[in-house]
Amino acid sequence: MTGPLRIGFIPLVDAAALIVAVDKGFAAAEGLDVTLVREVSWSNVRDKLNIGLFDAAHLLAPVAIASSLGLGHVKVPIVASFNLGLNGNAITVSPALHAAIMAEIDGDPFDPMVTALALSRVVAARRNSGTEPLTFGMTFPFSTHNYQLRFWMAAGGVDPDEDVHMVVLPPPYMVDSLASGQVDAFCVGAPWNSVAVDLGVGHILHFVSDILVRAAEKVLAVRQNWSEKNPDVLAALVRAAVRAAEFIEQPQNRAEVARILAPPERIGVDAEVIQRTLDGRLKISPDGTMRESSRYLLVGREGVARPDPVQAAWLYAQMVRWGQATISPEALGTAQAVFRPDLYDAALGRAGKLADASGAFGAFTGPPFDANDIAGHLAAFKIGRRKS
Amino acid sequence: MGSESSPKIVIVDESPIRAAILEEGLREAGFTGVVHISEMQNLLARIYALDPDVILIDLENPSRDVLEQMFQVSRAVRRPIAMFVDQSDAASIQASVDAGVSAYIVDGLKKERIKPILDLCISRFNAFAKLQDELDRAKSALEDRKVIDRAKGILMKLKGLTEDEAYVLLRSTAMREKKKIGEIAQSILTASELLK
Repeated sequence: MTGPLRIGFIPLVDAAALIVAVDKGFAAAEGLDVTLVREVSWSNVRDKLNIGLFDAAHLLAPVAIASSLGLGHVKVPIVASFNLGLNGNAITVSPALHAAIMAEIDGDPFDPMVTALALSRVVAARRNSGTEPLTFGMTFPFSTHNYQLRFWMAAGGVDPDEDVHMVVLPPPYMVDSLASGQVDAFCVGAPWNSVAVDLGVGHILHFVSDILVRAAEKVLAVRQNWSEKNPDVLAALVRAAVRAAEFIEQPQNRAEVARILAPPERIGVDAEVIQRTLDGRLKISPDGTMRESSRYLLVGREGVARPDPVQAAWLYAQMVRWGQATISPEALGTAQAVFRPDLYDAALGRAGKLADASGAFGAFTGPPFDANDIAGHLAAFKIGRRKS
Repeated sequence: MGSESSPKIVIVDESPIRAAILEEGLREAGFTGVVHISEMQNLLARIYALDPDVILIDLENPSRDVLEQMFQVSRAVRRPIAMFVDQSDAASIQASVDAGVSAYIVDGLKKERIKPILDLCISRFNAFAKLQDELDRAKSALEDRKVIDRAKGILMKLKGLTEDEAYVLLRSTAMREKKKIGEIAQSILTASELLK
């Protein structure tokens, strides 16, 4: 049906729908000949997609938006007609920082407001004693991890640009950096939080679903002009990914999915660790404490595969809040146009149906998000770097 | 190009041999201010301390994402930093991505001055990749020879053949099955392990 496709991905569990679509044969069943290319950095994925070395890619949703807006790099319009997942990240802290936060905690340690306030007291104590500010690792300037960490700590009064250091680290380096003390905490996707806990160098403080109940994470991204030239190929790719997502969400298939994702040329981590993240049953402390959440990582459940433009608007609002983007109706429109539910519907041949709970973020603090009044929404948050 | 006007170039590369090849090429071309960073810990702090005009990084290095932060945290750098490639430069980025090299420059350096640096890096990167490829092939040829020698020994012992006859048998089997002699030899070794 088509020429061979090259699709880039980063070794993370939320590439599952893409990897399973290819390795379980759903893509071949759609007449697609796909070669998956494992990449080492988001910059590589973005650049190779931008210049056409990749036809499609597993991409951070904010990178797709930044690319379309020309932020931080070359402007190349990107569209996403399939959402690879919601949530899936976690905040992991070093044993020392964990102990410091727990010593300051006043309330439920799974409540992000409680931990954010405790963090704020830890940060103040360090400042008063002249100790180096804490360092937080995240995966990319335009990443959900960056925005989720900032959203959380700012709620407790910690200014992420003034009170702590925020550093970019490639996901596979996170665990080593925590062990060596280069960072005190990080926010990253599966399986790296579990790897840190297994090695005894970290405690999972929060699943990001504690901070936002629904947060778009990675998308299956293509260049807009490619989507216009290859609508049938894109539709076939979306159908293959939809079938893969449905397969992954069947609990009886999880062990097989974990085995498909485990080999070194895919994620390169033990199947058992991967299955924990798919099941949402994670060891959160080196002492073996388990925590279960049905919202840890959603792949295809609750209609999440259908891109939701309101999610794109929320991500754009975070870019505005932290001074990465200026606010304008045009930019908002461009950001929202990255998420293409119409292409998703066209691929499946069904009329548009809103994703379940569209526009519901379930943020633990602040007013409900309103895409039509981003300035008003952001005014409710004290800490930020908005450009005038 | 005099040393006063030579831009300060930082090479971020974990491979010491490739970095040396790049560095040598740049020096020969008159770029005297070349520094190599091989340690990825605290990379951003090291780069800020060196304050380079140009940064070159291998695309296989995951720390490339760390450099992206330079375009965000402008308060930490004295001068704003921009990518070498602008909107009109898709061809340059394609060439550098093909070669496996990515360049970042400090804003304000003329593009004409960066072009020869990037061109040189691309050709040196390609030369290194070719060298690596030849090395890998030589290594695998050596491995093949060891495997073939052992397979010949097994055939000589089991079938009472001379060394030449054993080799002819390996070769004719490989031709018949459209495989490499090394592959046939390896399957003989595997089979003999299983049958032990």
